[in-house]
Amino acid sequence: MTQPDRPLSPHLGVYRWQVSNTLSIVHRLTGVMLSAGAVVFTAWLVATAGGPDAYLGVVGVLRSPPGVLALVGWTFCFFYHLCNGIRHLCWDAGYGFGISQARASGFAVVAAAVLLTVVFWLVVAIGNGS
Amino acid sequence: MAEFRLPANSRVQPGREHKAPAGATRVRRFRIYRYDPDGGGNPRLDTYEVDLDRCGPMVLDALIKIKNEVDATLTFRRSCREGICGSCAMNIDGGNTLACTQAIGDIGGDVRIYPLPHMAVVKDLVPDLTNFYAQYASIKPWLQTRTPAPPDRERLQSKAEQERIDMPSACILCACCSTSCPSYWWNSDRYLGPATLLAAYRWLVDSRDEATGERLDDLEDPFRLYRCHTIMNCTMTCPKGLNPARAIAGIKQMIAERKL
Repeated sequence: MTQPDRPLSPHLGVYRWQVSNTLSIVHRLTGVMLSAGAVVFTAWLVATAGGPDAYLGVVGVLRSPPGVLALVGWTFCFFYHLCNGIRHLCWDAGYGFGISQARASGFAVVAAAVLLTVVFWLVVAIGNGS
Repeated sequence: MAEFRLPANSRVQPGREHKAPAGATRVRRFRIYRYDPDGGGNPRLDTYEVDLDRCGPMVLDALIKIKNEVDATLTFRRSCREGICGSCAMNIDGGNTLACTQAIGDIGGDVRIYPLPHMAVVKDLVPDLTNFYAQYASIKPWLQTRTPAPPDRERLQSKAEQERIDMPSACILCACCSTSCPSYWWNSDRYLGPATLLAAYRWLVDSRDEATGERLDDLEDPFRLYRCHTIMNCTMTCPKGLNPARAIAGIKQMIAERKL
């Protein structure tokens, strides 16, 4: 029987943050951000159907500096969630459970997500310039 | 449901300071979680200065020295002092491990010692493991057979079949892995946790066991098995170098494969 007056030992506050659990919580956070981003994406879609005025209104917001910052954030969330999802698929298939392998694949996912985000926005910038 | 803050009765208060005796040559500070169920009040963090030149090399040596020489009320579990009984599992320097195999020299700065995380504390470093043991019992951790044993010998295994159960059989049930797992912190009432699932895997891959189907039926549950999100804290922290995360993935694969 657990006694209700017994204290609960410290957990989040004392446990060391390491690559494994940090990347795991980032995976969940990026998933939440993408859900929020889906609402904005839907607003953009609705605006495309709402005529030029509605469309320009939404695009105006998205082209403002905070809008661009949010879009860059969402693309990073997208690429991180995608790459880490592939990492999870490998785990589900039984690969990559060694401690050094898991650490290496974690760093690879972060690097790939940053790289893909940079490449994506370079392509956008070049496309806007031409 | 995840409750990130400690309940009001569990928040740790500053505690007492115990200085090293005069003439100590190599002083190290041990900051240790204390909870007295009889005295009332919240848990506190006491500081003990230990002269490492007069202390054995392991964290357990320091705990025993403190209990013998400074504060006899300090309470912790220990037995074998060589990493095979699993009694002295605790949270040391932010990770769960055995005090008897954790060298003080491998820790930088103050040595912070807490009970295993997110557990009901009986006293000081002693957590209540009732639920943990009940979960272990729930997976029926014994050989289940239907066919009669050969009359003239044991149920034999090939070398390869034996090697499949070598890793999971080495588990000492210290609970380091389960209490390192955030999923287990938030759902230990329904999620079995890495230690129990590793034990389940040990019987699932045993070539002599004949209850594989029933075992998988019992595990196939959104909470009992599938609260594992491959966070990997279990494998990172196991003081025996075992791999509960891989074993849990193995169970998920067995369930997936039998549906094909």
